[in-house]
Amino acid sequence: MITLTVNGKPHEVDADLDTPLLYVLRNDLALNGAKFGCGLGQCGACTVLVDGKPVFSCLVPLAALGRREVRTLEGLAADGKPAPVPAAFEAEQAAQCGYCIAGMIMRAQALLERNNRPTEAELRAHMAPNLCRCGTHMRILAAVRRAAVAMGGGVQP
Amino acid sequence: MTRGRWLLAASTLILIAGLAFVAAETWRAPLPAIVPPSAKEFDRALIARGGALADTGNCAGCHTASGGRALAGGRPLPTPFGTIHSTNITPDVETGIGAWSREAFVRAMREGIARDGTHLYPAFPYDHFTNATDRDLEAVYAYLLTRSAVSARAPANSLKWPLGFRPLIAGWNLLYLKKGPLADQPGQSAEWNRGRNLVEGLAHCSDCHSPRNAWGAEKREQAYDGAWIEGWYAPPLNAHSPAVRAWTADEVFAYLRTGLSSQHAAAAGPMAGVTQSLAKADDDDVRAMAVYVASLMAAAPSAHPNRRALDREDIADKEHPEGAMLFAGACAVCHAPGAPMMQQGRPPLSWGTALLVDAPHDTLHVIMEGLRPPAGRPGPAMPAFGDDFSDWQLAEIAAYLRARYTKNPPWPDLVKTVGELRRGGAP
Amino acid sequence: MTAPTRRHVLGGALVVAFSLARGAVAQHDDKGKLPVDLAKSPMLDSWIRIDASGKITVFTGKAELGQGLKTALIQVAADELAVAPESIDLVTADTALTPDEGVTAGSHSMQDSGTAILNAAANVRALLAEAAAWRFAMAADQVEMHDGAAHSLNGQSATYGELAASLDLHVEAKPNMPRRPKSTVIGQSLPRIDIPAKVSGGQAYVQDMRLPRMLHARVARGPSDGTRLKDQDLDVVRKLPGVERVVQEAGFLAILAEKEWHAVKALQHVQAIGWIRPGDSLPTADIREAIRQLPAEDVPIFAYPGPPAPADGTSVTARYSRPCLMHGSIGPSCAVALWENDGVTVWTHSQGVGPLRRSLSGLLKLPADKVRCIHVEGSGCYGHNGADDVAADAALAARAVPGRPVRLQWMREQEHGWEPLGSAMTVELQATLAGDGKVASWRHDVWSNGHNSRPQSGGGLLAGQELGMPKQRMRPIPMPEGGGSRNGNPIYALPNATGVFHFIEQAPVRVSALRGLGAQMNIFAIESFMDELAKAAGSDPVAFRLAHLQDERARDAIQTVVDRFGWAKRPRGTGGGGGNGRGCGFAFARYKNLAAYCAIALEITIDRDSGVIAVERVVASVDSGEAVNPDGIRNQIEGGIVQSLSWTVNEAVGFDTHHRTSFDWSAYPILRFPQAPKTVEVHVIDRPRQPFLGTGEASQGPASAALGNAVADALGVRVRDMPLSPDRLKGALGS
Ligand code: FES
Ligand code: FES
Repeated sequence: MITLTVNGKPHEVDADLDTPLLYVLRNDLALNGAKFGCGLGQCGACTVLVDGKPVFSCLVPLAALGRREVRTLEGLAADGKPAPVPAAFEAEQAAQCGYCIAGMIMRAQALLERNNRPTEAELRAHMAPNLCRCGTHMRILAAVRRAAVAMGGGVQP
Repeated sequence: MTRGRWLLAASTLILIAGLAFVAAETWRAPLPAIVPPSAKEFDRALIARGGALADTGNCAGCHTASGGRALAGGRPLPTPFGTIHSTNITPDVETGIGAWSREAFVRAMREGIARDGTHLYPAFPYDHFTNATDRDLEAVYAYLLTRSAVSARAPANSLKWPLGFRPLIAGWNLLYLKKGPLADQPGQSAEWNRGRNLVEGLAHCSDCHSPRNAWGAEKREQAYDGAWIEGWYAPPLNAHSPAVRAWTADEVFAYLRTGLSSQHAAAAGPMAGVTQSLAKADDDDVRAMAVYVASLMAAAPSAHPNRRALDREDIADKEHPEGAMLFAGACAVCHAPGAPMMQQGRPPLSWGTALLVDAPHDTLHVIMEGLRPPAGRPGPAMPAFGDDFSDWQLAEIAAYLRARYTKNPPWPDLVKTVGELRRGGAP
Repeated sequence: MTAPTRRHVLGGALVVAFSLARGAVAQHDDKGKLPVDLAKSPMLDSWIRIDASGKITVFTGKAELGQGLKTALIQVAADELAVAPESIDLVTADTALTPDEGVTAGSHSMQDSGTAILNAAANVRALLAEAAAWRFAMAADQVEMHDGAAHSLNGQSATYGELAASLDLHVEAKPNMPRRPKSTVIGQSLPRIDIPAKVSGGQAYVQDMRLPRMLHARVARGPSDGTRLKDQDLDVVRKLPGVERVVQEAGFLAILAEKEWHAVKALQHVQAIGWIRPGDSLPTADIREAIRQLPAEDVPIFAYPGPPAPADGTSVTARYSRPCLMHGSIGPSCAVALWENDGVTVWTHSQGVGPLRRSLSGLLKLPADKVRCIHVEGSGCYGHNGADDVAADAALAARAVPGRPVRLQWMREQEHGWEPLGSAMTVELQATLAGDGKVASWRHDVWSNGHNSRPQSGGGLLAGQELGMPKQRMRPIPMPEGGGSRNGNPIYALPNATGVFHFIEQAPVRVSALRGLGAQMNIFAIESFMDELAKAAGSDPVAFRLAHLQDERARDAIQTVVDRFGWAKRPRGTGGGGGNGRGCGFAFARYKNLAAYCAIALEITIDRDSGVIAVERVVASVDSGEAVNPDGIRNQIEGGIVQSLSWTVNEAVGFDTHHRTSFDWSAYPILRFPQAPKTVEVHVIDRPRQPFLGTGEASQGPASAALGNAVADALGVRVRDMPLSPDRLKGALGS
């Protein structure tokens, strides 16, 4: 048994310590947000925040987490209020199949928490680790721009 | 560098004393400005050849600022003597080399003198370019003068006193510049000689792979003995090569051309950029370079029958149980036997040089920063783990790798080194 | 409408409903025909049911693939039933519940299912009005339907729930039912109903299913199609930590575990044994060249009549090609299977639950009614990917543990290695330009492997082949849909024009349907060639097209882009001049010449030294007939454009003589954010009351051709072989 802090709550988890966080989130904690896309750190479908930084949860073994705080898509909404980044994705209808979207939201969240006035080039460079095959890129970018405004900033041209 | 700095100060005084002599000896006239020739004045094939040679020398590597236009300069190059900015080598008349005649260009390449007669800093490796053939220099000239002109002035250099005083470089040149072109060595094949000309000349390989003296000049007696470059250790390319598999000409070629050798490892750090540039160079030239570089390592231990891939999993698991756990969850998905990458015939970690050398820096750099092929192009890739793990965990992974894939003694002070790398410190 | 009068229909329906035989429909109206899918499943209650609480359930045999189908179909039904979209539940592809509408592919969903539901809903609304008329004791045309209720002019009303009791929907649909005079829901950009779950971590995909006592499984194979793992001692594998069961049947091997990570680790152990290629080596030549060396069967595509071309005309020829392309779903294929009572239920993201059921019943030697396939969304598929194969894998694995659900997901490298690829293709075009600058003859030749190996039998599935079942044969898909020949027939009015599809049956690598099939290649070729001809004729590329184009809607689509892009005032291409390249390109096609019209113009810059393209802006127009959900249409066109740019610039599946070398995203790099266009603008041309036209694949061809044309405009050299990679561009420039 290992204790894990996910979305602000401690969880007791019965899993091998080398298990990548992704499998624990999905199977042991029944959280759907982080997705298995490649398991190789190449697509970002599994992106979650660990101590505020975006990481590929498919490559973070439980043993590495210690006391660090994990946040997933499910943890963004506070007190039932929709969080700005997911709300912006919904407003922009930024999804086709949507499989990549949870990871996109988490990576965008990490950027905007740190800097809600990134330039367009910074935004694109920041999102580069995450792949979308449906070609939803333009809407995803629009959604992050919208979220930046909602969070009191705005993406600079 | 304290010892170096002391030496520097002392030598500087001596030099200033002899300045009049030096100046008389080395004063160089400006060469007349020309009207930039139009692209039509150059032969298309010559331009193409010059492009390939510019890639052989990775001109764009130093002469392009991050996010800047190609060849427009402005990239800061940290040296022990201060920061020098690369210059604009596009054919802009005001800020680039548009007004440079062929003669001025060749003089710069062979002697390190700008068109206006000032001395260029040896961070620009004219001590190598001097070796290039006339034909190659002419081609590179044709290529550069037919690029799009970009108006861009390099930021001012910030050099330690008194190095901002350029005539001092004349002294450096007297001591260390051996003017080319390089004569062929009789008794060696034409291919080897061609390779040598490129490796010692335009490709300036020893610029990174040879240690330097206090004056920043390569120690000739220790050529290719390995050296530090931008916080990375460029391993020896001579009989001291620590490689466990033979660096045959074919393997060197594959490595230079694709950034990956199935018998060694993927290129990383500054070398990754070099291989990406060599991927665009001329096939025969790169092959010739490979022949020459392989010959440099002909006496290395690995040239003898290949050792089997070493995997001391049990020992390493016992010595570094935490490292083993982290490896299993983060690294094994690519590096364990049976991982998809290994099914493609990629080399095991025990064959790479990074784990074998005395300094852990290359290993740590790769783990922390990963490998990124240029956008949209296939190539070895690895995610950056710097944010995933604590300093201690990164150190533990490196220690585990060293124990599992080599028989060399453990690296000391790993946690400290990780901290230094995080702060951007370089040895 | 030539159909019977409204009064006639409304007056008789309920009475005859109970005794209505199938033949009666045809009798009822000779000219009117039911839409294809409705004709196949003509009973209204196969499509729409209303219960006493007024809850409306609509059934479709098509599947949500991320194209927004669910929302659009609900809109269609809601509009025609005069209810709010929220009051409709939609049930999608499920062999036990929904009509069999074949495969969700070929941009057919709105054309087929949308039209079927539209007609069914019109029928149901008429029956509701009828029932209300009885209840109100007045003529049906005195009854108005809105907000889920029937209202009479004298103030009576009855909800659909109240009417449901007196309603029998187990009747055959009638053709040509009049639609509501005014649409209230169709034409609105309603937010998609599937998106909220997708942005909040809801259960949205088959990958997210967690059933009680579920086991996790992995299938073990060689690295790519044509290979297999070496034999090994499975007893060792059975003893690996966490391994619950190892299933081996002939060449099929799967590992089951309680914990997914244990299955993954065991798989890695199994793969470490190494692999072999038992059959022939792969050709050493580039795959597009290699397949051209194989025997081909010539299938005519089209022949437009016309006088022979004048002898003094200018002959222009060109050859274009593309490599093999990957679907590359972001989520590897996945399925959940459960064996109970000698039958199996499979939750799958297959595009065709009906055909999958047939194939599984062959594979498992079960009667079809013992196999139930339920569609649950997966990651976008863009055609025939691993969805069907993994469903078979899961079913076989689950057979070993009856009563326990098994979730089996492929690994990334398995999706890359085993998914059927989009075939490599080559097109040769020859045309004669007459003195008037118009085309006087045209010849189109296209070489390709097949574009459809979707499973129809056990042997159509990977697992079936591992069990030794006979492979399916691939056949060319006949026109007008076409496979390799799709869109090989130009939409332009060309005299003396012919086209031949050289169908190559023997495929060295596994191939099948990839979004657009042959259309992307044929449109890339035709639309590049139109530019080349325009140049030879000294005309503007758009003007040249318009001079050969009669279809009014096509001309409209083109004009829309010309205006919105500012084609006339576009920056001139830098061509062969020095400096970095800047250029604009245009292309147009009507998908299959049957579905949506799409025109695209784009502007690019090219760094001459690196050969790297930056797409500055893209402007597109689309005419999908009646636009049910304009934003949904924009979303698909936009996505198609970006995906197509990735295909065109970045992608080529690599091979050595033993296997595919494109095993992951590092070896097969698709477009990432920094490469995405700066802006993409899509203009929807709405055609109220015109048939729905499939949109999902409409932009692939025009986007790649427009890019090719922009490259030629920017560099002054034409690159005819995809991908238009930096190396190719630099090669073409010669420096
Ligand atoms: S699933 Fe983790 S990066 Fe792809
Ligand atoms: S929306 Fe389908 S992968 Fe991004």
